[in-house]
Amino acid sequence: MNLNDQTIGNDILPGDIRPHINTELQNGKPLFVSHRKPLEESLENPIPQIMVKELNFYYGRQKALSKVSLGIPAKKATALIGPSGCGKSTLLRTFSRMNDLIANARIEGTVTIDGRNIYDRDTDVVELRRRVGMVFQKSTPFPKSIYDNVAYGLRIVGIRDKKTLDQIVEKSLRQAVLWEEVKDNLGKSALALSGGQQQRLCIARALAVGPEILLMDEPCSALDPNATARIEELIFELKDDYTVVIVTHNMQQAVRVSDFTAFLYLGELIEFGSTQKIFTVPKDRRTEAYLTGKFG
Amino acid sequence: MGPFPRSKNMEKFGQRKDAVDIVFQRTMLVFPLLVLLIVGGIFVQLLLSSWISIKEFGPAFLVTSTWDPVAEKFGALPFIFGTIVSSLVALLLAVPIGLGTAIYLAEYAPQWPRRIISSLVDLLAAIPSVIYGLWGIFVLVPVMRSHVQPFLGKYLGFLPFFQGPAYGIGMFSASVILAIMIIPFIISISREVILAVPHVYKEAAYAMGATRWEAICTIILSYGKAGILGGIILAMGRAIGETMAVTMAIGNNVKISASLFSPAYTLASVIANEFAEATSKLYLASLTHIGLVLFLVSIVVNILAWLLLWRINERQKIFQGR
Repeated sequence: MNLNDQTIGNDILPGDIRPHINTELQNGKPLFVSHRKPLEESLENPIPQIMVKELNFYYGRQKALSKVSLGIPAKKATALIGPSGCGKSTLLRTFSRMNDLIANARIEGTVTIDGRNIYDRDTDVVELRRRVGMVFQKSTPFPKSIYDNVAYGLRIVGIRDKKTLDQIVEKSLRQAVLWEEVKDNLGKSALALSGGQQQRLCIARALAVGPEILLMDEPCSALDPNATARIEELIFELKDDYTVVIVTHNMQQAVRVSDFTAFLYLGELIEFGSTQKIFTVPKDRRTEAYLTGKFG
Repeated sequence: MGPFPRSKNMEKFGQRKDAVDIVFQRTMLVFPLLVLLIVGGIFVQLLLSSWISIKEFGPAFLVTSTWDPVAEKFGALPFIFGTIVSSLVALLLAVPIGLGTAIYLAEYAPQWPRRIISSLVDLLAAIPSVIYGLWGIFVLVPVMRSHVQPFLGKYLGFLPFFQGPAYGIGMFSASVILAIMIIPFIISISREVILAVPHVYKEAAYAMGATRWEAICTIILSYGKAGILGGIILAMGRAIGETMAVTMAIGNNVKISASLFSPAYTLASVIANEFAEATSKLYLASLTHIGLVLFLVSIVVNILAWLLLWRINERQKIFQGR
């Protein structure tokens, strides 16, 4: 991949990967963002699907994110790294408006997904969350059978047809590389699975509703190295079809799975660029200090 | 231990049996034994005091409906029926209201109404039952007689439960009072249980695109199932044993009737009402026998409830063991 160098400063995108926004504006909003670029160009430059602009985030009086701007490319894996409390999880959660659930949380700026500001008043949050799946740090299987867990999101949108459900459940479990292990026990309680299996089940559950974007908040932090390796492989495969954003504390993990990396520190985006560049020639000395373990 | 050399202190910490420790442990053992002793003592005393009645009527006591102190013929069936039916109807009325309130308080209510309603609910649980009884006689019963029962009779009169004259006083009024008395228990416990569902599971449901309503129905209630049932059982236990308010509103009539409007009698109220006038030995023994039955009914209901909870917990244990 040919990745450009201008990563920092006013340029909020890794290289020249500005979105091809239809310049016709209606009510000040772009109508449509094209994901189709000329073929030769798109091979080199990924297209941002999530555009964050001047994002400030407050928990009560405390500022958690300060003027964060970046563009997260479609169908790539982007890692958010930084020391604890730097705001990376907060940033991740703004992409599916999970912060709506927190009292006293306040947001300024915009997060645009496929050309629509998701913080517009008329955003259908439920619909948004179906398009932007999320996997949490701790696996969160519901106290139901494996099958019912995966079918959960489908059933709440009203899909009842057994055949359709069967198909999607199998497909999702296959995508999450869990199918072979559970295919004979779909009726078994999801709580009986191992930690790694539960996390893959949660991924399958998130994939079942057909999201375009998959947010992962330290998905491996509670898993052993073996289970971690399997999830990482999975992420590597998923990014062919999904835009993956992953928060991780594990530098090696960021290197292994991600194409782009954003480094946050004290609520600010310090550096954003290709993972390769960030880890080999970081531009900011804070990034360098963090990566070399001087703090964090 | 592993490769670490065991320090002297650690050995001490793990193995040393302090004299004070032993004394404390033994002392603490006394209290649970005391509880056992009390329960056992009550049971034995009830058994002894009702022995004449047990010998006279045998197991038939439980299934006979005659209660005739003059002829000295005693049977407990109408009272068992009254106790169980009034408690069940009370639960039927109280569970939806209590659970609904709990869900509102835990999931929807803003800070200040939550606090106000919660403390009012706790206050409700602290009102003495005789006050509920007085309120029942002076407020609830007249309203039942003039409005509620005629209304139910008119529109649901095709059901056997809502037939017959509207006395006001009767099974239905007693059940309503019982329901009001147990609602606070259901609310308090369910609210705590719902609030205790780990936040991540609620988030996970929302992240799947669940609306609030869907998250509550599918996730929160299924996690809280065991606890909520526990609260309902506690409430049922209270309803079964409730004496004063029920005695004042139920009409105290030894009769088994399908209609909820007709006056009835419960195990607890017959003891309260007739204990003072029980002159003959057999009469007294039969009343104590009723007490024994009440004791056993409570125990059976509780055992059934435990079994139910145990089954749910078995299924969730895998999750908690992790």
